[in-house]
Amino acid sequence: MILLRALLTRLATTVVTLFGAAVIVFFVIRVVPGNPIAMMLPPGATDEDIARLSAHYGLDRSIPEQFAIWFAGVLHGDFGASISLRQPVMPLVLGRLPATLELAIFALVLAVMIGGAAALTGTRLRNTRTEAAIDIANGVGLSVPDFLWALVLILLFGILVPVFHISGRISPSADLPFVTQFYVFESILRLRFDLWWDLLQHMFMPALALAIPLAAIIGQLLKQSLKETMHLDYVVLARTKGYAENKVIVSEALPNAVLPTLTLIGVQFTFLIGGTVIIERLFSYEGLGNMAIDAVINRDLPLIQGIVLVFALLFTVVNLVVDMTYALLNPRLRHA
Amino acid sequence: MPDGRSAVKRRASLRLWLSGSWLALVALAALLAPWIAPHDPLAQDLFAGRLPPFFAAGADPAYLLGTDSLGRDVLSRIIHGARIALTVALMAGVATALLGSLLGLLAGYLRGWTDIVISRLVDIWMAFPPVLFAILLIAVIGTGLTSIIVAIVVIDWTRFCRVVRAEAMNQSKMDYVASATIAGQGRASILWREIGPNVLPTIAALLTLEMGIAVIVEAILSFVNLSISTDAPTWGGMIAEGRTSIHQAWWVLVFPLVVLFLTVLSFSQLGEGLKDRFDPVLR
Repeated sequence: MILLRALLTRLATTVVTLFGAAVIVFFVIRVVPGNPIAMMLPPGATDEDIARLSAHYGLDRSIPEQFAIWFAGVLHGDFGASISLRQPVMPLVLGRLPATLELAIFALVLAVMIGGAAALTGTRLRNTRTEAAIDIANGVGLSVPDFLWALVLILLFGILVPVFHISGRISPSADLPFVTQFYVFESILRLRFDLWWDLLQHMFMPALALAIPLAAIIGQLLKQSLKETMHLDYVVLARTKGYAENKVIVSEALPNAVLPTLTLIGVQFTFLIGGTVIIERLFSYEGLGNMAIDAVINRDLPLIQGIVLVFALLFTVVNLVVDMTYALLNPRLRHA
Repeated sequence: MPDGRSAVKRRASLRLWLSGSWLALVALAALLAPWIAPHDPLAQDLFAGRLPPFFAAGADPAYLLGTDSLGRDVLSRIIHGARIALTVALMAGVATALLGSLLGLLAGYLRGWTDIVISRLVDIWMAFPPVLFAILLIAVIGTGLTSIIVAIVVIDWTRFCRVVRAEAMNQSKMDYVASATIAGQGRASILWREIGPNVLPTIAALLTLEMGIAVIVEAILSFVNLSISTDAPTWGGMIAEGRTSIHQAWWVLVFPLVVLFLTVLSFSQLGEGLKDRFDPVLR
């Protein structure tokens, strides 16, 4: 009962957040200097042409009126038409979203793997030089943001020892049989492992750049919780029963130490998604973030609105899912 | 068992020393830039374009870290870039701390409607990808040093607000606040004289972290060509230029990147170190 009420309150605040985000984005970008219509017409266009086209895009109405029309459209899934690309915004955004999602999820998987391995190794070899080295690596990893890691990775593995691709999503020569934009997923379904491997080679550098700070945070927090759990009576009991140390850590301590880390991963995942914007730009990866920067440069108001709202939706949904999972996993809340 | 606390303490103070020294060096370079930079950071010499650094073959000893494609001295641009980076760090950091902490204190101490409104605003802000938000804001208010600072403040105040709000809520429950209330102290006075000073260490640690973030935001904006001007010697602008000519002249990217990396790392380590210093358990 309490859980249900908490859930409903949570849903209501999510709706308020999304509406607020829509309002703010809409009004902020109406103040953008530079006429997007004048930019899309050839230099010889008359004022009449500009006025006619402005009317076509509804830009001649008052701002509250524009908002009402736009918002009514958004509720029906219609985000208007992109000015620079002259296509409806919705399909454009949906066409790029899968690339960004695949990158973000791959980065998340990498972060969990690296951070988890660091935490387990650090716990197994606690009070040794290895643990100290892991602590230092974690400290540096989380101090430096993805943007700088991306540049470091480009230098090391794109230029110095060129083993990975540092530009694009897939080799331009590849001929693509895909019907969806979820290339990685679809290449597995179609058993095209050559394409799958090509995709991963392109994704590895940007995903690793996104993953390093998160891996460091996971490594630090999980190791700390594990160390605390290792002193609990039931873990000590398992050890006195003669369980091997590795087994004690993985099957006794880990399940009880993992909850704080899970919550943290959820919150941090939204930061990771936010990081894709500049990382995609650095690696010329054709995702939503790269498109967003182009949209800002071209003053493409409808497209900017659409992309920012999709990001906001993504963030709030991730947060909602995290909160609900946490409530379900936490016995104290489940039985409240 | 050896005392784990002293090991942690020793490592923490080493961290404070290293990061503090690097930042002092950068600050010194920024202050003395016009006197110590060997060349004019804007002077172009097309006959001296893409000269390698001093240790590589074909170097000109007059240009210690080499030159970029327009023949501008990399070392001088890094030194002058420190000015812009530290100006942004200091001004944006302090302004963000002021706005965010004020809102956080009000929300955490007053509660009620003030808290609801401020917390909802924080939620809404957190729903935007910060980099995209920054780029969008700069497109709206135009490029330039002031715009960058404004953009950082507008985006990052939530970092302070969330933490300070929680801290102010904790402090409000303390006995000293209750006794001040009973003694008849006004709410503004309690906030300013009682709670404020107790939240200050938290704000100081966050401020150091924020200065590192500000340096990065400036670099990112320079990178997408939305910072000050393409000509001005900013670390981000140098990195953007270096990225395009990386196969011909790696040093144009590597040196500013190393400096930026160490500076951001130092701000962050200093902030973490301060946080530990103020942590009563470790102290």
